[in-house]
Amino acid sequence: MRRALLISVPYFWLLVLFLVPFAMVFKISLSDSVLAIPPYAPTMKEGIWALLTQLDFENFTFLTTDDLYWKAYLSSVRIAAISTVLTLAVGYPVAYAMARAPEEWRATLMMLVILPFWTSFLIRVYAWIGILSTEGFLNQFLFGIGLISEPLTILNTPTAVYIGIVYTYVPFMILPIYAALERLDGSLIEAAEDLGCSRLQAFWLVTIPLSKNGIIAGCFLVFIPALGEFVIPSLLGGSSTLMIGKVLFEEFFSNRDWPVASAVAVILLLILIVPIILFQRNEQKQAEADQ
Amino acid sequence: MAETVFAPWDDPNETPLITFQNVTKRFGDFVAIDDLTLDIFEREFFALLGPSGCGKTTMMRMLAGFENPTEGAISLAGKDIAGVPPNKRAVNMMFQSYALFPHLTVWDNIAFGLKRDNLSKDAVATRVEEMLKLTRLQKFARRKPHQISGGQRQRVALARSLAKAPKLLLLDEPLGALDKKLRQDTQFELMDIQEKTGTTFVIVTHDQEEAMTVASRVAVMDEGRIIQVATPERIYEGPNSVYVADFIGDVNILSGTAKPFGREMYQVDWGGGTLATAASAKPFSDGQSCHLAIRPEKISITADRPEADNAVQGKVLDIAYLGNLSTYYVELPTGQTIKAQTANTRRISRRTFTWEDPVWVSWTATAGVLLDS
Ligand SMILES: Nc1ncnc2c1ncn2[C@@H]1O[C@H](COP(=O)(O)OP(=O)(O)O)[C@@H](O)[C@H]1O
Ligand SMILES: [Mg+2]
Repeated sequence: MRRALLISVPYFWLLVLFLVPFAMVFKISLSDSVLAIPPYAPTMKEGIWALLTQLDFENFTFLTTDDLYWKAYLSSVRIAAISTVLTLAVGYPVAYAMARAPEEWRATLMMLVILPFWTSFLIRVYAWIGILSTEGFLNQFLFGIGLISEPLTILNTPTAVYIGIVYTYVPFMILPIYAALERLDGSLIEAAEDLGCSRLQAFWLVTIPLSKNGIIAGCFLVFIPALGEFVIPSLLGGSSTLMIGKVLFEEFFSNRDWPVASAVAVILLLILIVPIILFQRNEQKQAEADQ
Repeated sequence: MAETVFAPWDDPNETPLITFQNVTKRFGDFVAIDDLTLDIFEREFFALLGPSGCGKTTMMRMLAGFENPTEGAISLAGKDIAGVPPNKRAVNMMFQSYALFPHLTVWDNIAFGLKRDNLSKDAVATRVEEMLKLTRLQKFARRKPHQISGGQRQRVALARSLAKAPKLLLLDEPLGALDKKLRQDTQFELMDIQEKTGTTFVIVTHDQEEAMTVASRVAVMDEGRIIQVATPERIYEGPNSVYVADFIGDVNILSGTAKPFGREMYQVDWGGGTLATAASAKPFSDGQSCHLAIRPEKISITADRPEADNAVQGKVLDIAYLGNLSTYYVELPTGQTIKAQTANTRRISRRTFTWEDPVWVSWTATAGVLLDS
């Protein structure tokens, strides 16, 4: 009885916070757009029968007719994937250095990684506008040291989006990799060297495989939220970057076309389910290996 | 025909495989190895024995290449190995923690070092199979380290470190994690493998019984120094100091002053009523303070006064029953206790002595060793 209760808690959580909202969004995605409040029809008030007969997949078909949508999806996947690779390239060395740092420093270093979360995400992204804009700190600095004569255009380009995403999500990459590297027994590296590996070979053949789970976890923790990212591309990417999060926002608030926006969201979720399931598998496998 | 005894250390024409020449290792201010000089010969099974923290692992790590001596030189096969990285030394180490690669199967763990040598696939496979057979691990080749028992893991570590046929194999407390029975079996297995492969083994242990069982020679260490290096028998029968006598096995130490008494004979005034007679090749001057070390099994315990060089009366204070042996703690009138050990050839109910019995303990003049420190 107690057991059943305990098991039911996460399911209840999933039901209330995920399945119910999803069902609502899904229902809206099957409705029609109208000029009313709420801006879709049919609603619950019209009764179950009306509801069932009037719902259709029109909005989903609409998404296939305008190539804006699939281009936005594709562009989002590409941007999220590239940002994930960049975040890994930045995060891995940081995590490695942290794991190698003297024991008494590690807590402080960890603190430094988490510290940015103490300020609002929005403010931190805004701050990047001040850094990256044509008259921003970065250009002024590069001018100052005489490295450039023309200001660099970074703001409102995909580069700014990559910078923003890497900056925002790098802690999510560092933490799982650090956790994996910190547990790594130093004598394994010595054993590898003892058996004839150079430092680099030992890193490649032992350190990387043994931090694989951390790498995978970090990549998913970056890729999944980056795919639906809205704030960073709209603040830093300007009109030149197309991301599905921005499209979703515009459908919802500018066009007030809730049904189409919901359809966009449903498709986004379906795209995300694949990496989420893969991520879960990885976590499960690691949990099993730990036993 | 008598077999030739393996004793290259007694042969001045033999060149040692490993030489430590006045090696000192410091970590900051801390002296881990203190001006140590030592020769180890080919095909030896050399044991480093000492309490925890005395520098045994540090010596191994210097041989493997993970640490460099602060002063002095270590040479392997005549060549100074300072600065040669671990992957360029014909030395392999079996780690105290085994350090098996958790992401690789038993097979791949053993093949790991071989693959680094650019051997052909077939050559690697042949050698791995050979090692699996030697360590009786064929059945577990496809398992991961976490899927096998502690004893099997230890054999994988051994197979992996032997696979490259190193000139020198370092074993850092290889059997520490095993229970007693398995440890004994493995000790014999190790000796067997050492004999078959002809590899030179240096083993670290803090278990004196283990060192005595497996080693051709034992070095007893303390605080970064080697106190004595000798064969197990010589270390046991002729320790050169109270420290070694005390560290290896059980011992009675009678402290007093020496008085020459005939050729290589001394009388020791140890405050036990009568003077003890002891033979010693090492000279002592009249009145020099000394310690007489006698193993409990060399002391007899009898009801009546025996005909012996040394005999004192006391009463049984305590009896430690060890199954095959019993140790009697005999209290002398002076308050000192002497341990005497006898084999339990009879059942315990027929035991000759019991608590509070008056008894005589006796030993011969050559039973003990006279030590000056
Ligand atoms: N890297 C190091 N830094 C500082 N001290 C060390 C280091 N390695 C070993 N020591 C010290 O050297 C001494 C000998 O250590 P070790 O060789 O590991 O002893 P053991 O005989 O138990 O194997 C110990 O007191 C240890 O604290
Ligand atoms: Mg040690």
